[in-house]
Amino acid sequence: MGAQLRVYKRRIRAITATKKITKAMEMIAASRIVKAQRKVAASMPYATELTRAVTAVATGSNTKHALTTEVEAPTRAAVLLITSDRGLAGGYSSNAIKQADRLTERLRAEGKEVDSYIVGRKGVAYYGFRERKVTDSWTGFTDSPAYADAKRVAAPLIEAIQTETADGGVDELHIVFTEFVSMMTQNAVDGRMLPLSLDQAQEEDGAKGEILPLFEFEPSAEDVLDALLPRYVESRIYNALLQSAASEHAARRRAMKSATDNAGELIKSLSRLANAARQAEITQEISEIVGGASAMADATAGSDK
Amino acid sequence: MAAELHVEMVAADRNVWSGEATLVVARTTSGDIGVMPGHQPLLGVLESGPVTIRTSDGGTVVAAVHGGFISFADNKLSLLAEIAELADEIDVQRAERALERAKADADAAAERRADVRLRAVAGH
Repeated sequence: MGAQLRVYKRRIRAITATKKITKAMEMIAASRIVKAQRKVAASMPYATELTRAVTAVATGSNTKHALTTEVEAPTRAAVLLITSDRGLAGGYSSNAIKQADRLTERLRAEGKEVDSYIVGRKGVAYYGFRERKVTDSWTGFTDSPAYADAKRVAAPLIEAIQTETADGGVDELHIVFTEFVSMMTQNAVDGRMLPLSLDQAQEEDGAKGEILPLFEFEPSAEDVLDALLPRYVESRIYNALLQSAASEHAARRRAMKSATDNAGELIKSLSRLANAARQAEITQEISEIVGGASAMADATAGSDK
Repeated sequence: MAAELHVEMVAADRNVWSGEATLVVARTTSGDIGVMPGHQPLLGVLESGPVTIRTSDGGTVVAAVHGGFISFADNKLSLLAEIAELADEIDVQRAERALERAKADADAAAERRADVRLRAVAGH
């Protein structure tokens, strides 16, 4: 076998192996999207009911709570960025990071200091490489987040917002995550969690214009709000984590699908080249044999004379 | 037919129970509260404790609820809890083990959780 043909054969073998791996990853991701979507759907009733309750307290009582009233001149904001632990998911993490960068810039332009909180190894690595300050980070659960993970992430954020700004607390809480629209579409979005804007809460509830009854609060409106808001933040973070996980799997599936397709193309063109090389080799061998034979024939014909 | 109210019991990651009921008894931070159809709109903070639901077909559903909220409006009652388990879902042996462990570690929160679970099973 000729040297060139051998090189082609080796490359085809290597790419076939890669294709098998990407194909497997594609199928694993595809099966996980369904699971992740189901989890998002299962968390919806709690989130909707909670948002309803928060809206009810905030509109149904004239309570002034630190977490629902906007500070006149906010000076510090926390940004929670949700990325993935693993790569090979196309632009998934970098899109979220870019969105966070844009948000950070906008907040800085408004004269606010920004504290970064990061979920996922990719985001941590990005900030670490650029030596940017990260206030807190969590890794290891972006594939399938549990409610306990959301609680863990929420705890320092809630603490920060309840602390006075002068003592290192924050006035605003923003979140950047990847919204799962469909199998083909996932958008990196940012949103403000706190202070709560009521229009937004009502919009999420999908019940704009619905008149909420006058509630009796047990024990009191302040206490209810005190207890509700941390749960509200946790539930929002949980929902964001779940949507991000679904988006991550969808992005990975897409990336791996195109990798598989590309490997197929590459194998096709390499086999063509290998075939051409083999054919050239055969042609050369034949012409060598023919040439040799005719030379021999000429020689014997000459000696006969 | 007696008046009914619709109950939705949801935990953070799933829908635990939903159906029609005639009476729901839950423990709020200021004491036990019973809700019957036509109650005034209510929003309360729940203590961790057992919740008893008397269903409209005469049965009783008991659940262990660990913190959360009760909200009632328009004859619809929602019980929101981070963790909620129906009495028949609770593994008694596991709860007992957890209780002993919590007592040994002097972990008040875990002890309370295990205790609530056991009481929910006993009240069944």
